[in-house]
This record gives sequence, structure tokens and C-alpha cells, in this order.
Amino acid sequence: MSELKQDLLSGNDAYARGAWEAGVTVAAGYPGTPSTEILEALAAYKQKDLHCEWSPNEKVALEVGAGAALTGARVLVTMKHVGLNVAADPFMTLAYTGVVGGLVILVADDPGMHSSQNEQDTRHFARFGKVPILEPSDATEAKDMMKRGFEISEQFKTPVIVRSTTRVSHSRGLVDLVDRELPDTKIGFEKNPRQFVPVPAFARQMRVDLEKRLHQIKDFAETDSINRIEYNDKSLGIITSSTSYLYVKEVWPEASVLKLGMAYPFADKLFKEFSENVDNVLVIEELDDFYEEHIKALGIKCDGKNFVPNIGEFTQSKLAVIRAKYEGKEAPDLSPVAEATGLPMRPPTLCPGCPHRGMFTALRYFDCIVTGDIGCYALGVAPPLSRIDTILCMGGGFTMAHGMDRSPEPKKVVGILGDSTFFHSGITGLCNIAYNKGASIIIVLDNRTTAMTGHQDHPGTGTTLMGDPTACLSIEKIGEACGIKRIFSVDPRDIDDNVQLLKQEFEIDEPTLIVAKYPCVLNDKSVWEEAREIDEELCVSCGNCVSLGCPAIEYNGDIPKIEPLMCTGCSLCENVCELDLIHKQGEEK
Amino acid sequence: MSNTNSDKVTSVVLLGVGGQGILLASEIMARAAMHAGFDVKTNEVHGMAQRGGSVIAQVRYGKKVYSPLIAERTADVLASFEKVEAVRGAHYVKPGGLCVIANTQIIPTTVSSGLCDYPKDIDERLAKAFDNLSLIDAQQKAVELGNVKAANVVLMGGLSVGLDLPLEVWHEAVKTSVKPKFLELNLKAFEEGRAMTLASQSAGV
Ligand SMILES: Cc1ncc(C[n+]2csc(CCOP(=O)(O)OP(=O)(O)O)c2C)c(N)n1
Ligand code: SF4
Ligand code: SF4
Repeated sequence: MSELKQDLLSGNDAYARGAWEAGVTVAAGYPGTPSTEILEALAAYKQKDLHCEWSPNEKVALEVGAGAALTGARVLVTMKHVGLNVAADPFMTLAYTGVVGGLVILVADDPGMHSSQNEQDTRHFARFGKVPILEPSDATEAKDMMKRGFEISEQFKTPVIVRSTTRVSHSRGLVDLVDRELPDTKIGFEKNPRQFVPVPAFARQMRVDLEKRLHQIKDFAETDSINRIEYNDKSLGIITSSTSYLYVKEVWPEASVLKLGMAYPFADKLFKEFSENVDNVLVIEELDDFYEEHIKALGIKCDGKNFVPNIGEFTQSKLAVIRAKYEGKEAPDLSPVAEATGLPMRPPTLCPGCPHRGMFTALRYFDCIVTGDIGCYALGVAPPLSRIDTILCMGGGFTMAHGMDRSPEPKKVVGILGDSTFFHSGITGLCNIAYNKGASIIIVLDNRTTAMTGHQDHPGTGTTLMGDPTACLSIEKIGEACGIKRIFSVDPRDIDDNVQLLKQEFEIDEPTLIVAKYPCVLNDKSVWEEAREIDEELCVSCGNCVSLGCPAIEYNGDIPKIEPLMCTGCSLCENVCELDLIHKQGEEK
Repeated sequence: MSNTNSDKVTSVVLLGVGGQGILLASEIMARAAMHAGFDVKTNEVHGMAQRGGSVIAQVRYGKKVYSPLIAERTADVLASFEKVEAVRGAHYVKPGGLCVIANTQIIPTTVSSGLCDYPKDIDERLAKAFDNLSLIDAQQKAVELGNVKAANVVLMGGLSVGLDLPLEVWHEAVKTSVKPKFLELNLKAFEEGRAMTLASQSAGV
């Protein structure tokens, strides 16, 4: 690899490469699409002087990062956009204490909500926390801005956010590679309570210093090449950043452009200079009117959200339509072909053999509310399972169940979340139910991995991100330690037993913790068995197996058929066939 | 052949169902273009959409490429791993662009649970939606070769017919993208796919 000077890297690989080249020695994060692959790629360097870890959640990751950065180490912390909500507490005060070694917080937004529950725009967080934020537009810039991020962080002693988006993280491009170079900083924590202990007396001064620092960074933003003007035809000047810049170069190549690499602090001088030199200003930014609002507040006349949507992922097709509208021309045709009318939808589904399917099927026997959570099992909301009634945020599966239970009109409630989510923020909900005399049934779907984001280890798997064996935390014992008396470990595929158990526990006025343990079949192929087949001659097409929603069971209204290339042999359909017509392929009937 | 100096950007759309190996296919495509000396951008779907949902990947190459996205009706070629998905994404390709489509039907759970139908006239829809169609038995060919997973490389072999990249760069791309023990199988899969599409084109299908 070392003689390679250029490679085709995804944005996420490029972020990792940038951190590696910049001499990062500590990295922590929590998985979350589209940020996940960064830490995985960084750990894959197997660099001896580089510690990478999956923390149980983003708050922990940022605090770990803060600790390391105060010793002078260069540190990368990664998360998806909603992860910064979880890490908001350390984030808001870290800006006060500042850092010693460079600290980059890589936050990946998900415009269009490809894999997320909301579409929040992280640039607001930067302004809220008074922290600089960089916005690369492709893999090349991803690597460069990661490295610049560390320099800026050390120059101004501030944490720096590098904001990615799904499109930057998951697009590949050609990236130049250079060697790793460690900064020549002294490592070791030097005590200085006035800087690192924000008790009110010290924090008040930090607050003043923070404002001063922000002004210095603003000067930097106005003069550094990270923000640049590309003058061209001056009848139109476009202010843009991130991937929107790429679309502008494709769709509006003749326009003059102010390309922002640092979204905050605002480079006011550049906004003014640029707008004075072009006839019309158009702000093209994905999601919120972050720049536009500020530019207008400076008294600059511009167009923006009157043309550019603030919802959903921005694309060059959308820009082509906007250009046509702006110039009063006919818009390009983006519609599907006529033959595509009435095609069946193909939403994501639980995999064939997914262990989550078993528990949802057992729950279908009850008229209860299921407060769910985020993970593969969120797909249990879709028909035919339709067994999730609420989702809010990670950890909410347990806590909201308790809230419903304590409402004046309680109904039977079951709270569900996954093993990774349990360690992320489920434990506090469990404590709450135990402490506040709850009576909910709470279920951990323990598939031994963080499946949704591509199978990462967590505190319950016994392996670290670096691949080393480690302590394997027991969910049942944590339940016991919290004072939960009714704890059951079950196999989610035993539908009948689980129905009996649920029936029994619904009658009891105490909390019940059920740990449904079976590995994710996409992660652990060792549990796969021979494919099942249906005795087509005797099948009466009752629909029991079809109602599992297993993608391997194909049904066109006639007799269901199991696709042997897809079936993992989980036996669930065998369990629900009342006529006992489903068996292993080729087995005696 | 491939001219790295012209300003033309070539756009390739890949369509399919999550789990069919579309990421590997786009990697091979992109590396082939890279080995030919082009600037390359790709875009792929990870995360939620990989759990059996519709997926799309795009590859663009040329002297200088800005956007990883392809505008509707501008792709030079298209490959699809599934027939319904091909029609769903048919508006990406420009008139006359080669479209290599696997003769594979994957019934979505929305059909099995009775919410919608898999179109019975899917082959007619394909014929109407694509004016330069090569329908090949990619999956069957891969099974014959010994591994159904090689179906994506069979398809890439077919797609190579529509692009003016030298064969060496494709071979090199397959080599850097698959595990050594599957190399021979995949090179064979590539050749077979290419042969099938060439045959379907000369047959005027
Ligand atoms: C605060 C926050 N961080 C990260 C994510 C991304 N994310 C969604 S689900 C999930 C974990 C899923 O793991 P688990 O609970 O074990 O369920 P599984 O997918 O394995 O079924 C993660 C990390 C998120 N939605 N919110
Ligand atoms: S990846 Fe694993 S947990 Fe997720 S749907 Fe598939 S089998 Fe289930
Ligand atoms: S055994 Fe039945 S339920 Fe399980 S994967 Fe196979 S077809 Fe699906």
C-alpha cells in the first residue's frame, strides 16, 4: 500500500485517512449512519500508537475525547447528527475549557433521512456552541479538511466540528495519500484549574475568552483559503458549500461562486466583498437557511430559500429545475418512465431469518402498545408485522413504556430495544423503571451486535473495536443489580413459549425484563441451517407463514413458496405452520 | 479508445435490491475507470436501504468530475440486478444507452403481504422502457460457474460492452476488488457476461 500515491476512497475512508495522516492517537465514537465507517477504517490501520474505541454512546465518546485532548493528544470523535444531541452536554462546555491537543468532532448529517429519524442541520449546533465548523464537499476535501481541522483546533485551542453529509461520506473519489506525521506537541496533562475547571468563578472568564476566540477565528475565516471566491460571469454570484458546490459547478458552471469551507464563524467580509462584485446573489445551501439568514441580516439582498428547498437532500437535478425557474426557462423532465407506474414498493425489511421477527410475532397475539426504539427492529413497524407503535430516540423504548404505564389510563405496554441501544441509553431507563416502581414488560432484542449500522461490537459482545477480547457485560445481571426480580432469557424463535410468558407477565404488577437472545443471521452465518420448503400439495394457503413477512417466503396469492437461495433455515415458519407442512429441504415429510 | 482528454463525463447507473452486491459492482466500475486514468466519483447507499430495499449506485468518470450524482435522462449506460428495479430507475438513462438487466425477479414483501402486485407484464414493460436492452441470465450463469454471488460481476461484464474502457482495466479492477480465492471465478463471470451481452446485441434483441 505504501507506494500508492492516490486511491479511490469513500468520504468516510478519506476522513479516516486524514486523521491517520494528521497523527491522531486517540479516536472514539458511537456508530450511526452515515458516520460509522470512519472509525472502522481508522482502526483498520492497526497503528500501534493509535487507540480507537466504540464508546457506549456519543456523550461518553466526546468526554473520552476531551480527556485525551487535554493531555495534548490529537483526537477524533465521530457520530451521526443525532449523536451530537446526546453529546450536547460535554460539547457546550468543552468550547469554554477549550483543548490542548487538536480535537475534531466529525458529525455526519443525513439530509433526505436515508437512515435517520430526523434531518437536523448541525451547522446550528456550531453557532449554538460557538465552535468552528468545516464543510467538505467530496472525498478529496474530506481528507484535507480533516487535517486542517486539527491545525485550526490547535491554533485556536478549540474543538472543531467537521460536518459530513450522507452524500460526502458515501461517495467515492480520488484522494492523494501521504504519510502519517505526528505533531511535535508535548503529551501530558498540565494542571490549570482556571482553564479546565469551569466552576462559576472561572467559567465567567472562560465565557469572555470564548467570545474573543470566536472573533479571532472569524478573522481567520475571512482571510484563509478555506473560504474562496471563484469569479466568473459576474451577473450572478452563488454562495454555497458542501455538495451543493459540486452541483453548482455542474449545472451553473459560468456563475461566480463564493465557496465556503468554514460555515461558522461567518466570513462577513467575504460575503460583503462578493456581493458588491456581482449583480445578483443566490444562496444555495442544503437544509436550513443558515447562511441566508445571516447574509440578509448583514443587509445584503439575495435570493435563496425562495428557490431552494429547505427539506430533503439537495441534488443537481433539483438545481437544474431551480436554474430553469430562475431564468424563466422550461424545467428538465425528472419524472419516472410511464412503464414505472404502479410498480410494487420495495422498502427495507427485516432479513430472512432475522431473530427480531420471532418476538414481534409473539407480540401480535396481544392487544398491547409497543414502545419501540431505533435499530433493525424499527422495521417491525411495517406490515405484516406492524408491531411497533412509537419511536422517539435511542433509549426511548424503555422510558416511554414507563411513561405510558404511569399515565392515568394505562394500557398493556411493552418497551422494546436492542442490545447496543441497551448499553447506549437503555440502562438509565431500566434504572428508572426499577426505582419508580414501574410495571412495564421491557424486552431487549439481544442479537449480539449493533446490526443496523453494519454490525459493530459493543459492551455486550466481548470484543473491542481493535478486535481484542474484553469483558462481556451481562444484560441479565445488570437487570438484577437494578433490583428487577422477574428476568427471563428466551430464544425469540420459540413463539409459543414466548406467548405464554408474555401472557403470564401481563398479569403481574412488577417490572419484567425479557432478554431475547439469538444472533443476527447476517452477522453470524454459523447459525444458518438448511433451507425450508413447503409441501405444496397439502398446503391450504392459510397465510400463517406469509404473515411473518419473511422475504424468503414468496406469495403471489396462490401457494406460498420458499426461495431456497434466501432462506437461512431459522425455523420460524415451521413453528407457525399449524398443519406441519414446512420442513428442511429434502427431509421426510 | 478511452480518451482521458475529452471533457465528456461518462455516467453509469446501477440498480438492484439491497444485499445483491451492488457495492462491489460499483467498486469494480469505478476502479476500472480509475485504472484507465480518469477522475472518478461514485455514490452508494449504505445503512437502512441495504436491508432488502431498492438500491441505486452511480459512477461517473471523465477528465474532471464534480458531482457524484447523475441527473435524470443523462446516464450513458445502466445495469440492473432485478427487473422491477430496472423499470423504476429507467428514467436515469439517456435514449439509446445500453441497459444490461439480469433476468431476475425478486418478490418484495409488500407483494407477499398482498399490498401490491408484481407486474405480470414486466418483460413487456422492460421492452418498452429500454430501447437498447440486453436481458441476460446473470444469476443462472453465476450458479453454473459455481457461486451465485458472482452474478454482479456477470452483469458488469455485460455492461462493459457499452463503455469504451480497455479490457485490461476491467481485469485489474476485478483483481483489486475481490478476494484472491474468488479471482478466477470472477474473471470468468466477467467474460461470460460480456459474451452474453455481445451475443444479445448481435442478435438484435
Ligand atoms: C443518538 C443516536 N446514535 C446513533 C444512532 C444510529 N443507530 C440507529 S440504531 C443503532 C443501534 C442499533 O443496534 P441495536 O440496538 O443492537 O439493534 P439492532 O440494529 O442490532 O437490531 C444505532 C447506532 C441513532 N439513531 N441515534
Ligand atoms: S441485519 Fe440482522 S438484525 Fe438486522 S434485519 Fe438482518 S438479521 Fe435482523
Ligand atoms: S425458515 Fe422460514 S421464516 Fe426462516 S428464513 Fe426460511 S423461509 Fe424465512
